[in-house]
Amino acid sequence: MDRIKKEGEIRIPSGCAISGIFSKQGNRFSGQTAIDSIRVMHNRSNGLGGGFAGYGIYPEYKDYYAFHIFYMDSIAKKECMDFLEAHFDMINLSKIPTRKIPSITDEPMIWRYFLSPLPTKLAESQLEEDEYVARCTISVNSKIKGAFIVSSGKNMGVFKAQGYPEDVGDFYKLDEYRGYSWTAHGRYPTNTPGWWGGAHPFSLLNYSVVHNGEISSYDANRRYIEMFGYKCTLQTDTEVITYMIDFLNRKKKIDLKRVAHILAAPFWSTIDRMNDQQKQEYKYLRNNYESFLVTGPFSIIVSYENGLMALNDRLKLRSLVVGEKDDMVYMASEEEAIRVVAPKLDSIYFPKGGEPYIVELEKEV
Amino acid sequence: MIVNLIQSEYEVIRDQNRCINCKLCEQQCSNGVNYYDKKLKAMLSDESKCVNCHRCVAICPTNALKIVKSQHCFKTNSNWSHHDITNIFRQAQTGGVLLSSMGNPKEYPVYWDKILINASQVTNPSIDPLREPMETRTFLGKKKLDIEFDENNNIITKTKPQMELKIPIMFGGMSYGSISYNAHKSLACAAEKLGIFYNTGEGGLHEDFYVYSENTIVQVASGRFGVHPNYLKAGKAIEIKMGQGAKPGIGGHLPGRKITKEVSKTRMIPEGNAAISPAPHHDIYSIEDLRQLVYMLKETTNYEKPIIVKIAAVHNIGAIASGIARCGADIIAIDGFRGGTGAAPLRIRDNVGIPIELALASVDKRLREEGIRNEVSLVASGTIRSSADVIKALALGADAVYISTSALIALGCHLCRSCHLGKCNWGIATQIKSLSDRLDPKEGCENLVNLINAWKREIKEMMGGMGINSIEALKGNRLMLRGIGLSEKELEILGIQHAGE
Repeated sequence: MDRIKKEGEIRIPSGCAISGIFSKQGNRFSGQTAIDSIRVMHNRSNGLGGGFAGYGIYPEYKDYYAFHIFYMDSIAKKECMDFLEAHFDMINLSKIPTRKIPSITDEPMIWRYFLSPLPTKLAESQLEEDEYVARCTISVNSKIKGAFIVSSGKNMGVFKAQGYPEDVGDFYKLDEYRGYSWTAHGRYPTNTPGWWGGAHPFSLLNYSVVHNGEISSYDANRRYIEMFGYKCTLQTDTEVITYMIDFLNRKKKIDLKRVAHILAAPFWSTIDRMNDQQKQEYKYLRNNYESFLVTGPFSIIVSYENGLMALNDRLKLRSLVVGEKDDMVYMASEEEAIRVVAPKLDSIYFPKGGEPYIVELEKEV
Repeated sequence: MIVNLIQSEYEVIRDQNRCINCKLCEQQCSNGVNYYDKKLKAMLSDESKCVNCHRCVAICPTNALKIVKSQHCFKTNSNWSHHDITNIFRQAQTGGVLLSSMGNPKEYPVYWDKILINASQVTNPSIDPLREPMETRTFLGKKKLDIEFDENNNIITKTKPQMELKIPIMFGGMSYGSISYNAHKSLACAAEKLGIFYNTGEGGLHEDFYVYSENTIVQVASGRFGVHPNYLKAGKAIEIKMGQGAKPGIGGHLPGRKITKEVSKTRMIPEGNAAISPAPHHDIYSIEDLRQLVYMLKETTNYEKPIIVKIAAVHNIGAIASGIARCGADIIAIDGFRGGTGAAPLRIRDNVGIPIELALASVDKRLREEGIRNEVSLVASGTIRSSADVIKALALGADAVYISTSALIALGCHLCRSCHLGKCNWGIATQIKSLSDRLDPKEGCENLVNLINAWKREIKEMMGGMGINSIEALKGNRLMLRGIGLSEKELEILGIQHAGE
């Protein structure tokens, strides 16, 4: 029998559940909350992918890039280690602790490194530090077969696997981590991804994205963003959306609200009714960043070091709801995923299609 | 003894029971095919003069006429076709270069017909254009990716010059001279009503049409006919015509008999003198020379107009386009080898150049590989026959398309490929007043508006089917296409997968 193609070799559409929990005061809470939230949306995933992103989880190493890496075999590990050693000072490295769960099998080697770019290499590259790290990440993911950098930001990390999300959370012992921001993802892919890389969240530097939907603009977005040094190795929507956000927000310094209005642009009929200044701005954004427009159904939660952003497609073809209680903000595909961890809310809100809901830290952590 | 070696390919069949001898067909045929025989008291036809343009058939009040392919034939031969043999007869008799018009009619692969479009099922919803917004507005011009803000954090919205289209379809360059005043007027009026653009071609801009300047692309070609500062300023964009898909590598020739008083005035050349466009621009012998012309035109027009460079699709098109993108052009128009013409040497039309589908795919890929796709917009032409072709062109990587043959067909053209004779019975490719009067510009405009609106509806339906509700998400979206019956190499060049993959 022919080998089933692994994700990255083919494009796999998925349905999904997403959830995000955030403390505006930067209070750190256990990953168990995120597990409890995503668990109630069990039926939105099919056991072929789940994952979490936690922010504020490595305060003792917060000045270093935390790399979570999957290795398929020891050859890939050696090649990747050589690459990392050539480009970074290795502050710490260890296996990521896991517990055995019957439903989680076929795990790769899962390693964690705390890294700092080699000053000489960095100077030689003439790049900003972030860009240097981003390029190293993309380079490993597109060139070293069998090695996959799951996350590469500071004081954050992504934990994902093939399985139901609540099992994945247990597997990674997320109850033992504490962060001020968590997102969770349960996946319903139509084909088997064949490996763990395709699970969500997808992450680059401090950005991570969880996504529910199947975007119809995928190849237009992919072919455009690949012009700027990104390589879409997984062929997933989340990957291309993450890269577009990284490009617009980090590289082009466009604030996230405007980024949201590029990805899920207002309709021309809306723009035509705006005042002159706004009309000019939106016309400018839609014209110059036309290939960043995302069409088709999606709901996403974008995490970054300072906050969370929830965003729906222009027509709101996927469910997404936001609740607030004191300094806590909850975002999820379904209200029950919020109520299960916060039964009494101060407010509940359904963002409109294309309307970003952004929350940020109110003090430094 | 007169020996006639060349017999007509077509026969005019007249149902004598229906014919009422009204002589309309005689009156309407500029080629003198139909005539009244007094002795026989009946209408007859001399089919040797027939170009098969259907004018007589269309106006016959009793439906008495039809044109059929003649059964007269040479001895069957798979190598030597009817055309091969008769063309040798023609050249042996005259010593001349064979001429023809309109696009390449030969049986080359039409890749549009080997590409299939996707639709949503289950995993994402299709969108109903009758219920939801379905956007087709498009901008052509350089895209600026670095953004600047003022002190109030407002975006500084100045951009390089842009063209705004309500739908990414424009009318391609056809000169006044090669086509009639009324044909030009129809195109200009339709472009204005549709919120798109028409293109003057290389014949200058008739003074009556300056009112349409918001929807006009003015062309600068190797003959520089009708080019003056006000002409350049009149257009919303300026197109430098380096080549044409129907006749790559050669110039043009508008015979003296088409240079009437009005055409002469518009072209700024003497009446009755043939207008020769040289093969190359005599000030462009290399890419750096093109850059000079691009910037000369920009200087002349205060950097307010996008500059389009139109080229014929030829073998090394990727590298050529990349060079053009780096020489200041805002838009590149690529014309494939099936594009039409008012006159071309037949051997060139039928054998030189490459299909637009392959050229477009190569150029789009090349510009992306070099990271400069945002520096230039791409317009594809030659040939776009339907809304489906438009969708396929956009998904392969075009920002918009030019249509010309389709537009002329909307005006009545029957593709008889005889434009070069100047006696177009439909009033399109002629300067004979009695013929061009047959084309009512008001009706012509209406037909063009209808055509584009019909395509727009179809495009919206297909976009909705794909789950795409704005045209920019279709551009370059090759995953929406699959090839059928194509080789691996063809798929590789088109950058698409095979159906079933």
